[in-house]
Amino acid sequence: MATKMTQPKIQVQDFNFFYDEFHALIDLNLAIQQNEITALIGPSGCGKSTFLRAINRMNDTISGTRAEGVIKLDGEDIYAPDVDVVELRQRVGMVFQRPNPFPQSIYDNVAFGPRVLGMVHNGNLPQMVEESLTDAGLWDEVKDRLKDSALGLNPGQQQRLCIARTVAVKPEVILMDEPCSALDPVATLRVEELMRKLAETYTIVIVTHNMQQAARVSDRTGFFWLGKLVEFDETGTIFTSPREALTEAYITGRRG
Amino acid sequence: MNTTKSTDARTNSHRRTLKRQQTNQIATVVITGVAGLVVLPIILVILYIFINGIGAISWEFLTAKPRNGMTEGGIMPALLGTLLLTFGTGIVCIPLAIGAAIYLAEYAGDNRLTRWVRLAIVNLAGIPSIVYGLFGLGMFVLFLNFGTSIVAGSLTLGIMTLPVVISTAEEAILAVPQEFRVVSQSLGATRWQTIRHQVLPHAIPGIITGVILGLSRAAGETAPILFTVAAFYLPDLPQSVFDQTMALPYHLYVIATQVPGMPLEIQYGTALVLLLLVLSLTLIATVIRTNMRRRRDW
Ligand SMILES: Nc1ncnc2c1ncn2[C@@H]1O[C@H](COP(=O)(O)OP(=O)(O)O)[C@@H](O)[C@H]1O
Ligand SMILES: [Mg+2]
Repeated sequence: MATKMTQPKIQVQDFNFFYDEFHALIDLNLAIQQNEITALIGPSGCGKSTFLRAINRMNDTISGTRAEGVIKLDGEDIYAPDVDVVELRQRVGMVFQRPNPFPQSIYDNVAFGPRVLGMVHNGNLPQMVEESLTDAGLWDEVKDRLKDSALGLNPGQQQRLCIARTVAVKPEVILMDEPCSALDPVATLRVEELMRKLAETYTIVIVTHNMQQAARVSDRTGFFWLGKLVEFDETGTIFTSPREALTEAYITGRRG
Repeated sequence: MNTTKSTDARTNSHRRTLKRQQTNQIATVVITGVAGLVVLPIILVILYIFINGIGAISWEFLTAKPRNGMTEGGIMPALLGTLLLTFGTGIVCIPLAIGAAIYLAEYAGDNRLTRWVRLAIVNLAGIPSIVYGLFGLGMFVLFLNFGTSIVAGSLTLGIMTLPVVISTAEEAILAVPQEFRVVSQSLGATRWQTIRHQVLPHAIPGIITGVILGLSRAAGETAPILFTVAAFYLPDLPQSVFDQTMALPYHLYVIATQVPGMPLEIQYGTALVLLLLVLSLTLIATVIRTNMRRRRDW
C-alpha cells in the first residue's frame, strides 16, 4: 500500500503512438514504480518494444512516427517541448535483444558513455569502468583482459557487458528488450539474478517472451495485446488470478 | 513397372546434371576469356611502357631540371608540380567531400532537395574532364582572378574529384551497421558524437580508399590543368600558390607532341613515372580496402 502513496517513477497517461498511419499503441495508462521490476508480456508485434522505445524517446529516431499523450518521469512529461532528449536517454538506459557491444575493447565499451557525456574527471574513468563491470557481475571474468575485443566474449558475457555499458552512465531507469532471448539457460539465470540486484538501485522495465522469467523476476506485469494494455497488476495476481480472460488464455497457452 | 519408371527418372536426371555441368564449364571458359581480353591490353600497355621507359629512369632523371629544350635532363619540376597539385586537390576535395558524404548519409532526409543533390553528384561524375578545365578557366582563373596558378588548378581538380569521393565516402558511412548508431544514442550520445565516435572510425578505411582513388585520377588528368595551371616549360620551382607549375601529364603531352627531336626514351620514361605514381596510389587504396574487408568484424 505504501507504494501507492509515493509518486511512481514513470507515469503513463492516455499514451498513443503512431507509425505513419499505423496506430501502434492505444490509450496506455500505467504506473511504473521506483526500484521495481516491471515485466511486459504479450505476443510478437503487440507493441512492447515500441512502448519501451517511447520511454527513452528512441522512437524519435524513426521517421514518420508520432506520439500523443503523456509519459512522466519523476512527475515531468518527457514529451514536453523543452525536454533535452539526450539527457533523457542518459537517465533512461536501454539493453537490447541481441547482445550488441561495439567492436572495441571491453574497456572502451564501458567507457564510451562516460566519455561522451563528459562524466570523466581527474582520472576517475578506470574506477567507473570497474564499478560498472562489477555491478554487471562481469568484473572477475574480464579484469585481466579489459583491452581485449568485446566481441571475443561469449553471448552471456556480451549481454552483461551491454548492461555494464548502460549502467556506466548512471541511469535511473533501465529498459530491457528481451535481454535473454539470445542467451542459453545458464546465462539467462545469471542475467536474471543480476536484474534482481540492479533493482535495488534502478527501476527496471523488461520485455520478455518467457512467462517463467516474468513470473520469476518481476514485481508487476503488464499484458499487451494489439497495441493495448489489457491488464496490469502485481505479478502474482497476473499469473494466479488474472482479471481478463484474454490474459489467462495467453498465459496458460504459453505455459502448456 | 515401378522400378523401370524410377530408373528412367534417374537416367533422365543424370543426363540433365551432365548437361548442366557442360553448360557451366563452357560459361566458365567464355567468361574467363572475356575477362582476359579486357585485362590483356592493360597488361600489354603497362609492360610496353615499362620496357621502353625503364632505361631512362635514374636518380638524375627524377631530380634534375629539363635541359636543352627538354631533350635532356630530368623531369623534376613536372614531378614536383604533380605532387603539389595532388596535395592541393586533397586540401580542396577531402573536407568538402567528407562533409557532403556525412550530410547525405546521416542528416539528409529523403526529400526533393536531396534527390536533386544526389542526381547532380551522379551527373557530375560523368562530365568529361575538359569541361571541368573550361569551368576552372572561367571560374577560378578569370572570374575569381587567381590567374593560371596552382590555386586555380587545385580547385579545378578538387571539384572534378568531388563526386567520386563523395559517393565512396557515403557508401562507406552507410555500410556501418545502424545498430551502432542506435546504441550510441540510447546511451545519451548526441547525433554528432555518435557519428564522430561510432560511425566515422568504422567508415574511415573506405573513405580513405575513395580519397586515394580520386587523387590518383586527379594526378593523371591533363585536361583540367591545361588552362588552369600547367606551364609548357618552367624549370624554376613555383614560389607561391599563385604561380604556374609544370605537371607530369601535361609535360608528357608536350614532349610527345610539341617538341621536335625529342628522344623516345625520355618520353617513355616520363610516361612510366606517371604510370607508377598512379598505380602505386591505386595499389595503396586496394591494400587498405582488402585489409578493411578482412578486419571487419560485425
Ligand atoms: N519502425 C517501424 N515502422 C513501422 N511499423 C513498425 C516499426 N516498428 C514496429 N512497427 C509495428 O508496430 C507494431 C508493434 O511492434 P513492436 O513494438 O516491435 O512489437 P513487439 O516488440 O511487441 O513484438 C508491429 O505491428 C510492427 O509491425
Ligand atoms: Mg519487440
